[in-house]
Amino acid sequence: MELTKDEEAALKGEKGETLELAYRILVATGEATDAERLVPITWAHLSGVNYNTIGDAGEEFLSKLSQDAKVIVKTTLNPMGFDIDKVSKYNLSENFIEKQQSICNSYEKMGVTPSFSCIPYEIFDLPEKGTQVSFAETNAAIYVNSIAHLKTNKESAFSALASALTGKSPYSDLRKDDEPNLTIRMKIDEPNELTIGMLGFFAGKVADNSVSISGVKDLDKRSCKSLCAGMGTSGTCGKFVLDDGSNSSEKIDFDKKEMDKIYDELNSADHGDLITLGSPQLGLDEISDLASMLKNRSFKKRCMVFCPRAVQEQARKIGYTNELERAGCEILSDCCTCLTPLIDKKDVDSVTTNSVKGAYYLKNSNKVAVNLKPLSEIIRDETK
Amino acid sequence: MTLKTIVKGKAKGIILKSYNPINFLGAVDKKTGVIRDENHDLFNKSVKDTILVFPHGVGSSVGAYTIYSLKSNNSAPCAMICQKADLTVASGCALANIPLVIVTKEEFESLENGKEINIDTDKNLL
Repeated sequence: MELTKDEEAALKGEKGETLELAYRILVATGEATDAERLVPITWAHLSGVNYNTIGDAGEEFLSKLSQDAKVIVKTTLNPMGFDIDKVSKYNLSENFIEKQQSICNSYEKMGVTPSFSCIPYEIFDLPEKGTQVSFAETNAAIYVNSIAHLKTNKESAFSALASALTGKSPYSDLRKDDEPNLTIRMKIDEPNELTIGMLGFFAGKVADNSVSISGVKDLDKRSCKSLCAGMGTSGTCGKFVLDDGSNSSEKIDFDKKEMDKIYDELNSADHGDLITLGSPQLGLDEISDLASMLKNRSFKKRCMVFCPRAVQEQARKIGYTNELERAGCEILSDCCTCLTPLIDKKDVDSVTTNSVKGAYYLKNSNKVAVNLKPLSEIIRDETK
Repeated sequence: MTLKTIVKGKAKGIILKSYNPINFLGAVDKKTGVIRDENHDLFNKSVKDTILVFPHGVGSSVGAYTIYSLKSNNSAPCAMICQKADLTVASGCALANIPLVIVTKEEFESLENGKEINIDTDKNLL
């Protein structure tokens, strides 16, 4: 990769340790993706906030880094481990709370906006089409590349952080107008958000950088986010295009057999002790939708609903949160299902969710059994 | 072998080879280095002190922190060899100073599980 004189000097450490570190990351990621140079970016979205995911090593790294590092572009943040307003209601250790607060303080000290959301594309104004950004949260990277027509690599936590500190990112394939080299033909009729999530999980496994999908029309927000999240969990693919399949790329079918394989990989229980909704976090449309589905109904067991703080505030004004709380939902902001410390295998054996991404991490990281079903069935079976 | 160096360094160790991509955040225990995804071909094996050979990283962007944590907890591989580089593994190895090289498909196939090898990126040696 070609560097400018300034970039070269920063890499050699002539501009301080922070920039040396940032350029070391950018050069490695640039080499890894055959980028020829770095390009300016205007917005970085960082992952690596939840203490459960980054641990002591991450907490110490950020604490040291924040002593003199400052972000130089708009930088937003993924969810952390708990809801700031409700932390006392959950049985979290003091160590967890303290370490989590240290992580949040480090990010704020560096000038990062504490948005604690994995759906920045729903709570911030989006820049013009074609704008180069650096998004680490995988569902968000795929969403902005595919739906909002921004340009980002499927950044890692460190590459997005390096972008935030330098305002630059490697000019890799996803930032260019690349053509997908594979088309997945969706063969499942009348898909719901779970089927679409499994399609995404399948796509992540078989696709390269980008993929074309035929046989899917008019994705609603819920299914669209489910597709992005599923794809981000299983693969490296950072973009999808919905088309009619008439392109000349290689074709592969997503049929009932493939779907059953994925279902069997992720589903491990026939019921859940509790329900989680919001992986990715729910936006205002989904909260509104949920409120109407729950009219005159109540959950028979605990149901945790994750949404960004900004969405919860809007929903409260409109009255949706009253409706959800009446129906028995626990509304949680600042955090999400993925690797949440709020679900502990000591108290919970199994969780019901409609999220493929949630299922993967609940199963592998939280070590609880997962019962996957679409929202319509959750409402049908779990409310009265 | 034709190596492409992503992160420079030298290492000597026993190959632990996987044919499955790795989601570091979900599949690897950051304290012990043990693979905990039961659907993975390295399930219950530890990546600690190995030359970890796998196709590429997948999934969560936070996997980069997992790689850094493995190093801090002395449970990291001494080097990684992939067939395709991805940003999560590349940036994690860059920050943790774990040598990372990319090899061709044929070379990947020829690397044998359990065999001891030396890596020296300065000499382009495997």
